[in-house]
Amino acid sequence: MNAAALPAPGLITFVPHNWKLAVLLGLAVSIIAVASLPAAASFWVVGAMAVMVGAAFVINAFRREYYGGLLVTPAIAVLFVMNIFPLLWSLGLSFFAYQSNQQSIRFVGLNNYIKVLTNDIAAEANWNALVNTGMFVVLTVAAQMVVGFLLAMMFAKQFPLRKYLLILVLTPMMLSVVAAGVFFTYYYDPTFGILSYVMQSITGEQYILMDSKAGAVAGIVFADAWMWSPFVMLLVLAGLVSVPKYLYEAAAVDRVSAWRRFWTITFPYIRGLLMLALLFRTIEAFKLADLVILLTKGGNDTMTISYHLIRIANEQNKSSEGAAISYLMLFIVIVLTNLYLYIANRRSQGN
Amino acid sequence: MSDKDSVFERLGFRRASGVGEAGWGHTLFVAVIAFVYFLPVLFIIFTAIKPQELALSVPPTLSPTSLFGLIPDRYVFTPTLENFGSVFERSMTAGGAPESTGFDRYFFNSIFISSVSVLLALVIGTLAAFGFSRFPLAGNDTYLFIILTTRMLPAIVVIIPVILMFRAAGLSGSFVAIILLYTAFNLAFTIWMMKSFFDELSLDVEDAARIDGSSGIGVFFKISLPQVVAGLAATFVFGLILTWNEFLFALLLTGSDTRTVPVAMNQAVSSGGRGTDWTLLAAIETLFLIPIFLVTFFLQDHLLRGVTFGTVKR
Repeated sequence: MNAAALPAPGLITFVPHNWKLAVLLGLAVSIIAVASLPAAASFWVVGAMAVMVGAAFVINAFRREYYGGLLVTPAIAVLFVMNIFPLLWSLGLSFFAYQSNQQSIRFVGLNNYIKVLTNDIAAEANWNALVNTGMFVVLTVAAQMVVGFLLAMMFAKQFPLRKYLLILVLTPMMLSVVAAGVFFTYYYDPTFGILSYVMQSITGEQYILMDSKAGAVAGIVFADAWMWSPFVMLLVLAGLVSVPKYLYEAAAVDRVSAWRRFWTITFPYIRGLLMLALLFRTIEAFKLADLVILLTKGGNDTMTISYHLIRIANEQNKSSEGAAISYLMLFIVIVLTNLYLYIANRRSQGN
Repeated sequence: MSDKDSVFERLGFRRASGVGEAGWGHTLFVAVIAFVYFLPVLFIIFTAIKPQELALSVPPTLSPTSLFGLIPDRYVFTPTLENFGSVFERSMTAGGAPESTGFDRYFFNSIFISSVSVLLALVIGTLAAFGFSRFPLAGNDTYLFIILTTRMLPAIVVIIPVILMFRAAGLSGSFVAIILLYTAFNLAFTIWMMKSFFDELSLDVEDAARIDGSSGIGVFFKISLPQVVAGLAATFVFGLILTWNEFLFALLLTGSDTRTVPVAMNQAVSSGGRGTDWTLLAAIETLFLIPIFLVTFFLQDHLLRGVTFGTVKR
């Protein structure tokens, strides 16, 4: 709104309001401090850098009467300390050989990346986990979108008791994943479980779902889709109820078929929200680990990249290799996300 | 869109909406589907009121009542409330005297940590969202994308430097540490959502107020904020659901004084080497579900209205 009255300083101009320089300097000093100083000292250096970045934003905002800068400062400061700095710290770590149970640390350049991609034993497990993750992303997100969409269609009307039935469908999302996961192991249990009891009384033979890869994947996808379809439903439902009534009335006058009515009237209204749901759920699906840990512990070839990462970084203490894998993963997610956003933007401009 | 009421009408929640009417027939149809969808939750709740020895019975016991003879007797169990008691007080060793399990403390921790961090993220994030929406920087979208990126990495990668930082500052296991982390955890999502709400507001009213001499802060509090109350409620509920059940950060960052229920739940059911204590787990989860269920139920209208308002283009 307020056009900048003063020209922005160049990147390497040493003035207090040059926030871009402050961010770069803050990150550089923070990373060097963490790499070289003892942890206690480096914490205060990072804290001081966060304050410096915050101060640069505030001074810049006052100087240019730019209130937006003041408004975003607290958020930037919190994100700098808790998110952006740790992200870059692990990015830096991925270029070093470091194990969290040892003191030594040395620079190895791109070796960690080469190792996780080509080292014959490790690389095979990594690729395998990545392929499995891709499969889970496609299956869980597809299942959630379909189920969420159908549920939303069901609730996109006013009918008696709607409020009370809607909350029933929303409840799976509110369960703790620990409890939900543990109870799904019970539902799938070959001896005590409900599923095997039902199957056994139909076929007469003992039924073990998690025995094969297909069964294990189906079990995990079902549990995940059950928990998170309500999230998709909420977003789609919001789109469905926002379609103006006069459009449907006009369509009724023109005797438009239900199929065309959906594609020409309803779909444009929910497309943006479907995209948003797809984006959020894909990002989350890439992080799928807890249900796999609870249901199969990675057995039957269901290891995902996130669970693999927990093993490498936490159980085998290979922090720097874990960081390298996660940055390869981040790269894939960023490419996918940008693809989504590009398609969404191009479509919305096309109309 | 000059007055507040028309905002919600325009959204189509009242008369002008494309939402059709349907009668009790549709209610019956939806009730059947919703009931089937709810069954796994219902089973957890029923397990919470089951006698412990029936938890793994074959055939599984399914209902506390025979529904006037509809359900055969072998699937029916006699309900009991003692599992809820043993959440808070039970004997830790075989035959030992009942001890306090500390779950009253963990429930308090969960409520305190989630509500403070979600509210904090809401305050900070709403300010930032207003900034991003009304005073866009050059490369605004890039900054927003970087903020979203903070949600893309698995928690395990971000957590190592965070643990080191908190340990160095002497804050590990404190409320400050976990609340700060959860605030950041919720910020990305809060900023994205609230920005889309602010983007949808008409600028005419704000400009008019500015011409009438209101300050920038006055415009924000008097004009813009009241129009996005529904959005605030929606963001609050979403954030609360995610924070309430968060497990990995809590496992690695909370100490014995600040432990949250999901972590304590995990420990309670898997400790002692006796395998999963099903009725205890179900009782904890059922109690843990009640607060978030009530909040969602009472904010449900806002939730729907809010999501629409934020993301649907005019």
